[in-house]
Amino acid sequence: MRALRRLGAESVTLVLATVIFLVPFAFMLLTAVKDQTQATDLDFAWPTDWPIVANFVAVVEARDYVLLRAYVNSTVITVASVALLVVFASMAAFVLQRRPGRVSRLAGFLVLSGLIIPPAVVPTIWLLQALGLFKTLPGMILAEVSFHLSFAMLLFRAFIAAIPRELDEAAQIDGCGGFRLFFRVIFPLLRPVTITVILVSSVNIFNDFVNPLYLLPGDENATVQVTLYNFQSQYNTQWNLLFMDIVLITIPPLLLFIFFNRKIVAGMTAGAVKG
Amino acid sequence: MTRQHVGPRTGPGPVPGPGRASRRRRDAAYPYALYLPAAVVFGVIFLVPTAMAFYFALTRWTLFDSTFVGLDNFRDFLAEQNLSIGFGNTLFYAVLTSGLKVVLGLLLGVLLTSRLRLRGFLRSVVFFPTLVSTVAVGITFSMLLKPDTGLVNEALAVVGVDGRDWLGDASTALLSVALVDVWKGVGLATVIYIAGIMSIPTEYYQAVAVDGGGAWHRFRHITLPLSWPATYSVIILSFIGGLRSFDLIWTMTRGGPGFTSDTIASIIYKQYQAGFFGLSTAGNVLLFLIVTVIAVPLNHFLGKRQVAV
Repeated sequence: MRALRRLGAESVTLVLATVIFLVPFAFMLLTAVKDQTQATDLDFAWPTDWPIVANFVAVVEARDYVLLRAYVNSTVITVASVALLVVFASMAAFVLQRRPGRVSRLAGFLVLSGLIIPPAVVPTIWLLQALGLFKTLPGMILAEVSFHLSFAMLLFRAFIAAIPRELDEAAQIDGCGGFRLFFRVIFPLLRPVTITVILVSSVNIFNDFVNPLYLLPGDENATVQVTLYNFQSQYNTQWNLLFMDIVLITIPPLLLFIFFNRKIVAGMTAGAVKG
Repeated sequence: MTRQHVGPRTGPGPVPGPGRASRRRRDAAYPYALYLPAAVVFGVIFLVPTAMAFYFALTRWTLFDSTFVGLDNFRDFLAEQNLSIGFGNTLFYAVLTSGLKVVLGLLLGVLLTSRLRLRGFLRSVVFFPTLVSTVAVGITFSMLLKPDTGLVNEALAVVGVDGRDWLGDASTALLSVALVDVWKGVGLATVIYIAGIMSIPTEYYQAVAVDGGGAWHRFRHITLPLSWPATYSVIILSFIGGLRSFDLIWTMTRGGPGFTSDTIASIIYKQYQAGFFGLSTAGNVLLFLIVTVIAVPLNHFLGKRQVAV
């Protein structure tokens, strides 16, 4: 009897969770593979036609292949900023964890303020313009690095705290100075947390909308998120194409999630609990 | 007898204690130069604009030249209704989303740590929206919330409730966006709670079982108080996120209808688009002040309770 009640409660939970969390995704997928007339209904009817390839081609070709360029831009921004982020944040976190003192207290304070303070957008534009970096990919990359630095440093610092100092001393006795000690001895040991930082920050940077909206206006350097936002007004009669775009943009995080589920969850909770 | 330093330095000569020499050695191992790249990028791209914002907020500004106007921008922000509405909306949004994320995250956390078949599947399903682009979520839910054809209203019609134009109605627009925010963000709250609940030693639960306490007792006297660190993280994280939130509001309502669902962040963007850079920056300074004034004491207060429990 109890087992039966348990089973009942479980099924109710399962059905509720599925409806609430999966129906929007089912809706995205279904609309993306319908033809234009059926997609205007915006309902759950089974597609009568499956113009998957046609929709895909239409989205990719739209506005002179803007989506392809956006994909390239987003990839470049994500890869470059994550690479810089990993190197810069791990270096800084190493000193921050190992060398207490006034400088590190200041650094710790700045890390926390980086987590809390909303970036001042228009002054950032002003500054990037002064440096000749406004509306350029390098400018965008540096901005993403500076906005995500604090979070990455928190993760690295927590991990470095668990690496014994005896290792540093041994390396020193072997004649390793600061930089060699870090890059030859410590950095290779950071692999697990480095993977976590790479995963979490690439999802966040790939999905970033507000910073490219301010710092990369115009079609030429648009990122996928900004392109999707612009498609919203352009395709307000061709919902199938709009949702095909949404599906294409959701695929990269979905793949990461399928392969690295645990790592991503661990990284996000660790950052939160320690923040 | 007095050899405290075990290790390679046991030869003749003075034993280097924790004095200057060892500190110099330590400093050489951890040079401040390792801070340099991070410090340059963070300092130039983040700190300089943040500091300059306090000056530009006091000016009428075109990016190329600025005229000092004192506190005019701030006065506008507080006096004009289409600007001042942002404060109330932002607070409402932050309180509602973080409150719901705490309650629902805790419930889902308890549920997904219980002996449930398909637990792993459910955890994934609840967490995945966290990773999906906010713009994509915003567009999808705008479709689902459409007044005539939207699925939400059709589902409500089945149970006999009359739906409405959720996003087009001033009284429900912000609320609807906030609920979508909870849908997207509750997964993160849930996994934080799961991590918190899993770290509670099982002895406590066994003790309750020995005393004959039921499920409610376990929840009320063990899970709830001992998952306090998770609650603290969820509150801080989602409250700060809520105060700064822009993406979802901008994709779903653009602050509309009228300016009834505008938050500070969307007003900052609108003023920027309109070319009022000084006014936009004043909004940024106000947002900075609000986040600091709320987040720092909140952090302090919640942090203290964490020690007390």
